[in-house]
Amino acid sequence: MVTLNDYLLVSGLLFTIGFAGVMLRRNLIIIYMALELMLNAANLSLVGFSRFNIQNNLPDFNAQVFVFFIITVAAAEVAVGLAIIVALYRARQTTHVEDLTSLKF
Amino acid sequence: MNPLPWIILFCPLVAAAVIALFTRRLPKLSSYLSVAAVAVSFLAVLPVFAGPDQTGGFNWVDVGSFRIPFGYLIDGYSKMMLLVVTGVGLLIHIYSIGYMADDRGRSRYFAGLSLFMFSMLGIVLANNFVMMFVSWELVGVSSYLLIGHWFERASAADAANKAFLVNRIGDFGFMLGILMIWSASGSLLFTDLASKWAGLNLSPAYLAAAALLVFCGAVGKSAQFPLHVWLPDAMEGPTPVSALIHAATMVAAGVYMLARVFFLFQAQPATLTVVLTIGLITSLLAALMATQQDDIKRILAYSTLSQLGLMVAGVGLAVPQAALFHLFTHAFFKALLFLGAGSVIHSLHHEQNIWRMGGLQHKMPVTFWTFALATLALIGCPPFAGFWSKDSIVAAAFARQPVIGGVVSVVNFFTAYYMTRLFVVAFLGHARSQNAEHAHESPPVMTRPLVVLAIPSAFIGLPFVAPLFLPFLEHEAVAALAILVSLAVLVAGVLAAFALYRDQDSDSIRIPLFENRFYIDQFYNRLVRWTQDALAATSAFVDRWIIDGGIIRGMGGVTWGFGFALRFLQIGNLQAYVFLFGLGVVLLLYLVLFAS
Repeated sequence: MVTLNDYLLVSGLLFTIGFAGVMLRRNLIIIYMALELMLNAANLSLVGFSRFNIQNNLPDFNAQVFVFFIITVAAAEVAVGLAIIVALYRARQTTHVEDLTSLKF
Repeated sequence: MNPLPWIILFCPLVAAAVIALFTRRLPKLSSYLSVAAVAVSFLAVLPVFAGPDQTGGFNWVDVGSFRIPFGYLIDGYSKMMLLVVTGVGLLIHIYSIGYMADDRGRSRYFAGLSLFMFSMLGIVLANNFVMMFVSWELVGVSSYLLIGHWFERASAADAANKAFLVNRIGDFGFMLGILMIWSASGSLLFTDLASKWAGLNLSPAYLAAAALLVFCGAVGKSAQFPLHVWLPDAMEGPTPVSALIHAATMVAAGVYMLARVFFLFQAQPATLTVVLTIGLITSLLAALMATQQDDIKRILAYSTLSQLGLMVAGVGLAVPQAALFHLFTHAFFKALLFLGAGSVIHSLHHEQNIWRMGGLQHKMPVTFWTFALATLALIGCPPFAGFWSKDSIVAAAFARQPVIGGVVSVVNFFTAYYMTRLFVVAFLGHARSQNAEHAHESPPVMTRPLVVLAIPSAFIGLPFVAPLFLPFLEHEAVAALAILVSLAVLVAGVLAAFALYRDQDSDSIRIPLFENRFYIDQFYNRLVRWTQDALAATSAFVDRWIIDGGIIRGMGGVTWGFGFALRFLQIGNLQAYVFLFGLGVVLLLYLVLFAS
């Protein structure tokens, strides 16, 4: 029997992997993927909560609608983000974060 | 209610208003209007003078329990002052027609003169402090306007400012004094206060402070030390103004006021000592300064200061009647002296230096003889007016303490000395300038007032004449010592001046200390500059370091400082930001979930 805790565990694992990816990887594309991973970890936890919040023999669909919205917005966001990365690469010939340090004192 | 006091008071005001509003372009009509107004006032004074003591008036402001009365108080003091102010004022108005004949600002001049008459009569008639104070300020304004009559001359404009500002100092004290009296007694009427002031059960310090603050007003207006500096400069005004305002009437207002509110000083006799000291200092300093001046009007101005000092000292000696007696006689002969000086100045084309006069004896006989008579009256030569009035003060001084009598006698010695010097240098000997050679007697409109003023200057002090005008005068025992000393110093002063200045072409004695008026004016100039500088430096400091530096730059600086500190967090490493962000989220979660 799969319980809410299992969902949350997977979600937490995914989030941690994503966070670690963001923290440790140097390539912006990879960081971006890791970021998406974190977003989907959140989605997964929402779906899990929705599945186990039974009212009148039905799960709470509000959360699932949220998830659709998040996926839609994330798709748009990916388009913008990747466009920025492409533009950045064109300008600086690099997508490594060590090379992108001009915004500092 | 008796209408006469109101006629006396408001006639000159109506004239001033009509001149200011309608007849500015008709100088001749303006001058006649002004003279007519003061003539009507003078005629109205006569029945009042002969009539009984009376009082009357109405409430000027009447709001709830707060009342400001407006009324007249006619008693011996004010009767005498009314006579002096309107009588001398009338003669000086007439004289002004001649003296100001070719002045372009004649209408302005006569409007000012009429305004002054109104204000001065307001002081004299006032039966309460507020009315007196309002009039007091109004004479200050008209004095300012008249000193600055020739305002295109920088010195005249400066003198007018100086007179006004110095008077403000005294008037400020006067106002505080009035407020103290009013808050303690709830009354402003002189008669009311006189009867209940002593019984109010106030602390001696309060009594003394009220009396001395009121005395401040007199110090300013009567040009007593240390506020005497404005009076000599006020001689920048036209000579009739000097005669009327700065010799005969306005400057005497302080003495009149002191006599009027003498109960304040009686309540705390220690204040009388202050009054006496100030009076004596003024008298002595001014007499010494007068010995070394060269400007005929300035000599007379210092002489006025000195005589005012004597009057104030008279009040300080607790003989206000004697002080008023001297005020009364002094008004006539000092007005005469000034008008005589004006006559000389007029015929010498505005020459005021006595060393550029001389030999006027035969060219200006009327001026010469009336001036001589007034000089004798001023130096206290019997039987002329000054002798009797001065003698009563000298006698009181000797009766108090020989030292005080001695100081007064020294003053009298110098009075005799500098007046003889003035007379000998300006009138006798030979002409020392072109203008003096071509001098001629002034027109009758100027000489007749001299003759008319000469009569009271000669006779009004006589023991059987004076009480007619000053019913309050007490007959005192003749003090032989005082008279002998007075006569001795008089003769000594006259002889000394004769010996030193007869047929001299320039002053053989030069005492810079006296010539420069004890450097008091310079000291004040420095003092004003110093305080100004110190104030300016302080406000500059506050502005630059506290407002600009502390508040404005401080606010900017705090923001800048936070920015400076916080920008060290911007290290430019994306992963570090993420790490910090994660740390922040963990901290927040901890705080939200576990710490509460």
